[in-house]
Amino acid sequence: MEAKTVQPVNLETSRTIKRKKSYKQPWVLHLMVLPAAILVFIFSYIPMSGIIMAFKDYKPALGIMDSPWVGLKHFRYMFENDYFMQIAWNTLFFACSKMVMNLIVPFLFALLLNEVRKMALKRTIQTLVYLPHFLSWVTLSGILIDMLAQTGIINQLISNVFGIKPIFFLGDGAWFRFTIIFSDVWKEFGFNTIIFLAALSGINPSLYEAAEVDGATRWKQTMHITIPSLIPIAIVIATLALGNVLNANFDQIFNLYSPLVYQQGDIIDTFVYREGLLSGQFSFATAVSLIKSVISLILIVISYRLAYKFAGYRIF
Amino acid sequence: MYHKTLSYRIFSIFNNVFLTIISVLCLLPMYHLLMVSMSSSAPANAGLVTFWPIGFTLEAYAQTFKNANFLASLWVSVQRTIIGTGLALIVNTIAAYALSKETRVFRARNIYLWYFVFTMLFTGGLIPGYILILKLGLMNNLMALILPGLVAVFNIILLLNFFRGVPKDLEEAAFIDGAGQFRTFFSIYLPLSMPVIATVSLFIMVGHWNAYFDGMIYMKDAAKLPLASFMQTIIVKADMSSLDAAAIASLSQRTIRASQIFISALPILLVYPFLQRFFVTGIVVGAVKE
Repeated sequence: MEAKTVQPVNLETSRTIKRKKSYKQPWVLHLMVLPAAILVFIFSYIPMSGIIMAFKDYKPALGIMDSPWVGLKHFRYMFENDYFMQIAWNTLFFACSKMVMNLIVPFLFALLLNEVRKMALKRTIQTLVYLPHFLSWVTLSGILIDMLAQTGIINQLISNVFGIKPIFFLGDGAWFRFTIIFSDVWKEFGFNTIIFLAALSGINPSLYEAAEVDGATRWKQTMHITIPSLIPIAIVIATLALGNVLNANFDQIFNLYSPLVYQQGDIIDTFVYREGLLSGQFSFATAVSLIKSVISLILIVISYRLAYKFAGYRIF
Repeated sequence: MYHKTLSYRIFSIFNNVFLTIISVLCLLPMYHLLMVSMSSSAPANAGLVTFWPIGFTLEAYAQTFKNANFLASLWVSVQRTIIGTGLALIVNTIAAYALSKETRVFRARNIYLWYFVFTMLFTGGLIPGYILILKLGLMNNLMALILPGLVAVFNIILLLNFFRGVPKDLEEAAFIDGAGQFRTFFSIYLPLSMPVIATVSLFIMVGHWNAYFDGMIYMKDAAKLPLASFMQTIIVKADMSSLDAAAIASLSQRTIRASQIFISALPILLVYPFLQRFFVTGIVVGAVKE
């Protein structure tokens, strides 16, 4: 920048000056990172300091600093509470079931899609299956609530074909769990195939040619070439998913659950929302989410270490 | 040669049919909703509409576009999507450019990276974030929907991985010609990075359009609710029977609800086919490193 204000005496020197300036101007690079760094400081690091609320009895009138310290009161209350144990279990159940299904279904789908030889058909299928990923859970819950209602299309179909009574998909605990997992897989499986399809396109074609010469059927090629080539990326995905065992998808459950299914459907995040913002138990809710954040942090660090160790995976 | 055998041909036919059915099942719920929204309200309420409108009418859409709350929310969503995406692109791409430099050139790079990545690993949680917005006086302000999520570390990583793939020779040539960092970024890196920028823009736009939770907790006026939050209140709360009689009466109009859901999802459906080809390349390229 300064170089522009200096009147160049002759061409040669001005170029060397400019080159040196631009190559050695880390302050410009600092300037470029600055806006992002400030925003992150305000909206991520300042709230992190707010977790001291978990060790206090926060009163809005007193502010965070002047509210009285209560030590581990909220944590003790949490672990002595049967309902908290139930939602912790629900959270684990939903997150793990989704994780397993969201690995298996896209894996199989990618294998089948790989066998489609008509490019136009393949592309159409891809376009359609990626779509639900981009619709919000608000939209999808609107659709699901409509379709799964007593008079909705699904129940009509069931009663017409099987002649059984309508099912309370969103009002019965067991069916609620099924609906949550099924609809999550329906929404995400297409998008999750992307990574497998990328891995499939990276397989060396000469492997298949060699197998062909040796007389291997397509089934044998799939078992001995395709699947083994996908295993490493599947392991990376499974390992990285470990950090998400406490994320059961707030948006989905929040938009589909009701007090009828709290016992089987309530999760940590929805509980934090209700306790904190609806009931005003700010400190208790912060304590609950702090426990969740700490466990998640530990799991993420472990999972990235494992992914790096076994597959050399790095994010940057 | 395997694809010439009889058994593979039979498999192939079944496979194509099966995958076609699966992919149609991804679209069918949206399609059914559209059909409900275009039917007369009596057959729709009775649950007679399946895959064809009964008593075709666009009355529900006319009603929806007369609803002042719906229109106000639509406008809030348009604003937050445009302003939010624009600001986020500027801040994130510039930061990602600086962070894509080697440690030799930009010594603080790794410190910054960990500073950003740590926020992906650990957060203060819902309540401290809410109190911060309250203390900053951003309640009921459009900026409460834009600023907190402006820096998305995942996007920065995607961008910086892409920037690292841009040949170093181009950058050196630019420096020798006297360009500074900003000039190099705007004239060399940006034009070469359109696929990944399209990907990131898609993510940010879709994120803004679909976000409902921040609007729900930070916006106190009904007229300032973004569309997704507005939809959330009419769809989900309707199911929880916590509304007054007038609201319930209007909600019993299944067709109106369907039309509102469809309109709120329409921008996503429209923008999606154009950007689809970018995001696949963008994700794959962003994920592949040397």
